Formats: sequence, C-alpha cells, structure tokens
Amino acid sequence: MIRVLIPAHLRTLAHLNGEVQLEIAGEATMQSLLNALEAKYPMLLGTIRDQVTHERRPFVRFFACEEDYSHQPPETPLPASVVNGAEPFLIVGAMAGG
Amino acid sequence: MSQVRVLVGTRKGAFILNSDGKREHWNVSGPHFAGWEMYHLKGSPADPNRLYASPSNGWFGQLIQRSNDGGKTWEPMGNKFEYDGIPGTHQWYDGTPHPWKFARVWHLEPSLTDPDTVYAGVEDAALFRSTDGAKTWEELSGLRKHGSGPSWQPGAGGMCLHTIILDPRDEKRISIAISAAGAFRTDDAGKTWRPINRGLTSEGLPNPNAEVGHCVHHIAAHPSRPDVLFMQKHWDVMRSNNAGDSWQEVSGNLPTDFGFAIDVHAHEPETIYVVPIKSDSEHYPLDGQLRVFRSKSGGTEWEPLTQGLPQKDCYVNVLRDAMAVDSLDSCGIYFGTTGGQVYASADAGNNWAPVVRDLPAVLSVEVQTLQ
Repeated sequence: MIRVLIPAHLRTLAHLNGEVQLEIAGEATMQSLLNALEAKYPMLLGTIRDQVTHERRPFVRFFACEEDYSHQPPETPLPASVVNGAEPFLIVGAMAGG
Repeated sequence: MSQVRVLVGTRKGAFILNSDGKREHWNVSGPHFAGWEMYHLKGSPADPNRLYASPSNGWFGQLIQRSNDGGKTWEPMGNKFEYDGIPGTHQWYDGTPHPWKFARVWHLEPSLTDPDTVYAGVEDAALFRSTDGAKTWEELSGLRKHGSGPSWQPGAGGMCLHTIILDPRDEKRISIAISAAGAFRTDDAGKTWRPINRGLTSEGLPNPNAEVGHCVHHIAAHPSRPDVLFMQKHWDVMRSNNAGDSWQEVSGNLPTDFGFAIDVHAHEPETIYVVPIKSDSEHYPLDGQLRVFRSKSGGTEWEPLTQGLPQKDCYVNVLRDAMAVDSLDSCGIYFGTTGGQVYASADAGNNWAPVVRDLPAVLSVEVQTLQ
C-alpha cells in the first residue's frame, strides 16, 4: 500500500481528512502513482498535472524520502520505502507568494 | 415574496448574499471554496438554483464547480479546457509569437434557456461551450481561428475573454470581448466570427482605428434591445445601435472615461451605469471619491451618484465583472470593490449602502432575482 500526502486545498476538494492510500498495479512510478490517484479521486484531475500534456503544474512539488523528485521523469520508479509504505510520497504546494 | 441572491467572487473564495425584496437585511454565506480565486460564478436564467463557479489558484489550476441547490452544496465538474487542434501562437507583450496556453476561466455565461448549456470565456482568449452541465467542454474555435488571432496581444491582466453576451432573440448570435483584441460576434452559433470594432479609437495602437487590438473592458446590453450595446473600453464609453457593427463614443461629461464596469437598468434600456476610474496607471476613483455615474439618455449626459458612498480617502477599484442589477420593480444596482465592499442601491442608484465591507478583493458580482 502506497501512502500519499496531498495539500490541504486538494484534501478539501477530495473530501479527505488524512493521507491517501493507493494500490498500484505493475511498476510503481510517479506516473502510475498519479494515474492511480486521479482514478480514485477524479476531482483532482488537472490540479497536480496538466490533463493534456501531463506536465507537473509549476507550483506543485513531489518529495519522497527527503529527496526532491519534482524534476525527475514521470517514469521514475518510486523508492522502495515508498512502495512498501514505510515512507509517504509527498505532493506539496510550493512556497510561493511573498 | 421576491428574494435577491447576490453571487460574489473574490480573491479568496465566493460569498452568497441573500435578502428579501426590501433589500434592507442581508444574510451572508461563505467563503465557499475558501482560498481559491473566484473570478466568476453565475446562475442559470432557466434554473436559478443551478449555479456555475470557476475557482482557480496559482498552485492547482482551474476547477469548475456546479450547484443544483442555489449554492448550498457543490460538486466538481469537468475542468479540461483543451484548445481545438494545434493552438498556434498569439503575440506576446513584446510582439513576439507566444504559444496559446490555457490559464484560467474569466467568465461563465449560462444559456438563457437550457440549464445544461454554459459558455466559458478563458485566458488565453478562447470561448468554450458545455452542453452537458459542465461535464465536458468544447472550444468554439472559429473565434480563435477566424484570422486575426495570431495578432492578438494580452492586456495588462492577461489575454482574457471576459464578456459573453447571448442574444435572447436569436441563440445563434453571441457577442464577446477580449482584452486586448476587441469585440467579436458570431451569427451562426460560433462557427464563424468577425470583429465588431468599427468606431473604436485607441491611441495606444499604431493604427488607432485598427480592426482588432482594442482593449475592451466590458460590454452590457438590455435584454429587450439586444442590438444596443454599451461598452466600457480602456478609455472611452461607447455605444452601438446595430449589434456592434459600428460604435459611437458616449463618454460625454464623465470626469474620466477610464473604467471597467458598465451595466444597464433592468427596466429602462436607456439608463446605464459606470464607475469612472482615474486612469490606466491609477486604478482608483478620482479625488478619492467613489462615484457611480448614471446616464438616463443612453450615454453622453451623466450624473454622479454619491449618496452613501465614501466621498473622501477612497482608493479602491471596481473590476469589469463586479457590477450587476436585479429586476425588482425598483431596480437594484450592486457593485463590489477591490477593497472588499459590496455596495447595493435598492432605488436605481440614488442611495447606496454597503452589504458587506470586509471581504477579500471582489472580482465579480452577479445578481439573481428569485420569485
């Protein structure tokens, strides 16, 4: 079971109180994680990545195991400790503004 | 007993203001979609409890939400705004080609007759239509592809399609406006479009009378006379008597003819309202006095309306979609400010009072008159 933390605005949108738990069929990559997340919570379509190009939205970041995965290719495998549920995959709204 | 429902979009969510027909006491609900920018929300004329809303923010993009119970509950709808075909380029601020890219929805215009049909004006400028209650969206790409699209440039707020006028006599006729491309009209339900900017003069253009390139801020029309259009341009208040085929300036005695909002009295098609703003670099009223100006002659002759509005030290703005009217016997006029006030007048503008004073900056105001 893969654990995913999403930002407060998106938890409200998806009517979630805590973290998301996902089962991913096949290889666990960032792309398959986002596919599974959007399939389970279709109201999140377009909020994390573009619906057409699948580009990450500029002010959204992906963190795991204290590493920044935001600039890794979508097919990048998730770290083992995320796949086995020991660590969450973090989807974060970047600090922006002033 | 009649009721009035005012839909207010702000920088940090939506608020819904309810009152009875006297419009003396108001119930305020919200923020709905707290923290999201609400450029616009509007109710269906065919089903007043059907509301469409367009929350967006810089992190998570554009959402579309729908209510079937007058704003008590909401459900997420489709938010995939995909341009038809290869989008191509328009001009960037420096004149270089810039790829067309969706940024946000500026305006939602529900059909006059079908609760499931709604139009969306978006940035980068395009018109989308949904016929399934906002589940899916299709671009009416004849507008963007009609020929002048590659020459369009953004206004200071982005290249947005912000005004959509549906003709109550003929559902195939739609007029729209884009900053800073100008006004356009279709007479065949969106298949083909043409600019309707003849008579507009903009000194900031190489050719001040160009066919496109004008920074139109807003257009309003009375439903009983859809061929008469009133326009607040960047500078100049304009009027057309032929559905935009030609325009005449009606700024008349306004102290400044820069502004954003314009609207028409619900029962007097020649009575119109604007809120003059000092200039394009000073987005606040002249002399710190918030004044609505009313013309009862369709323009040219204007009178200031000040009773109940701040007449000193007021430096707010009133944005293009932030004025609306109700249709009660004594027509109510409403507008919101970037300072978070929503002012209402229950007597066609003679007297004003704030409904709320301390909302986030107001982006849009729409009014529903409920029987």
